[in-house]
Amino acid sequence: MKIPYYPGCTLHERALDFDKASRECANVLGVELEELPIWTCCGAVFPLTTDSVMEILAAVRNLAYASRMGDKVVTLCSFCYNVLKRTNKVMREDAERREKVNLFLRADTETRDKTESFLKKDYVGQVDVLHYIEMLRDVVGFDEMAKRVKTRLEGLRVAPYYGCMLLRPHGEMEFDKNPEQPTIFEDFLTALGCDVVDFPMKTECCGGFQIVRDEETAIACSQTVVASAIKRDADLIITTCPLCLYNLDRKQKEMEKRVSGFRKIPVIYFTQLLGIALGIDAEYLDFSDNYVDPRPALAEKNLV
Amino acid sequence: MRLRLSGEIIKSDLVRRVEDLSGQNIAMCYQCGRCSAGCPVVDEMDILPSEVIRLLQLGQIEEVLDSKTIWICASCLQCASRCPRGVEFSSICDALRAIVLRRRTATPSVGADDVSRVMRTDAPQMGVVGALRKLNG
Repeated sequence: MKIPYYPGCTLHERALDFDKASRECANVLGVELEELPIWTCCGAVFPLTTDSVMEILAAVRNLAYASRMGDKVVTLCSFCYNVLKRTNKVMREDAERREKVNLFLRADTETRDKTESFLKKDYVGQVDVLHYIEMLRDVVGFDEMAKRVKTRLEGLRVAPYYGCMLLRPHGEMEFDKNPEQPTIFEDFLTALGCDVVDFPMKTECCGGFQIVRDEETAIACSQTVVASAIKRDADLIITTCPLCLYNLDRKQKEMEKRVSGFRKIPVIYFTQLLGIALGIDAEYLDFSDNYVDPRPALAEKNLV
Repeated sequence: MRLRLSGEIIKSDLVRRVEDLSGQNIAMCYQCGRCSAGCPVVDEMDILPSEVIRLLQLGQIEEVLDSKTIWICASCLQCASRCPRGVEFSSICDALRAIVLRRRTATPSVGADDVSRVMRTDAPQMGVVGALRKLNG
């Protein structure tokens, strides 16, 4: 089964490890992630001002590219998922902005994309935006996924970190039933045989893009999240977001300097953990970019 | 702090502009403070999220536009998810930043030159792009 896939810039550059593991896991589960032949950055953040048109244009173009391939598009990065899903809702529900954006798309068709017949019809939200974890639950099925598991991750204590962008605003993202107490990653981890570590900071912000403006502000946020998982004896944290991983993993270097006796905890992408359970080839499991190496924690449970 | 209040000030056009841009009804807020309690970056702010909304209710927009608070919001939307009255403080912040940035007289809190070389090469693209779009316009 083929599903259109939008990687986004970060998975194309800094988070190749995430992209690689996710594609291979999908292959093992019988899904081919078919990368959009043309795509651009989605804009990374959804504009919260109601008169934004130019700010959503890039995201709409990507959705329109996806609409040429099928009726859904899968993405992995939490920011891309948030931007594409919220933009899609604007295109479905806001007639005024929909018309304006389509004027731009028609202009594209008339000029540079003529040869490709970029858009045969207006983009009005034809595509459903799916997160990879939703694909695992709704297209593959967690039960089916569990059947393909070669090594159950028994005894591995995993803290699922959701962050903000998958969950909020709940009315639009509708990612899980309860934005304060989501369970989709718990269900995913249970299917892999892990011990799920529930921790109260799982839906708190890691500091996000504020790391660029003021590192101190962002590290205060990410340290709260990391400390909460450590306190509950987690062996590792999983995430879906390259920026969360950066703030939670890379910034432990700074946390070590701030807190005496700081115990580090590895943070990996959820598809890397899935890859270990599915027994994918080591070439798809690249941890060289992680500040805290997850391999010792995994070796302790005989998982590497 | 002294506030100058009058019917005219409270009915400030600029506050109505914030409501239009953010899609939020500022009068809905009844000052329970859950947005301030849940905000992960509140410690860095000079005016609490709930105070920003109260000042807007009283037409004190210039004070709010001059605050550090509007540049510190990380758009995590925890405020919105906990508000019992359906007000999104993050959206109000985006609108306030838009007003400052569109005036083109203020210096944005993050410019391309402020993004250190280390950050440009080390941080994920989404972080740099996100910060510049949110804080530079």
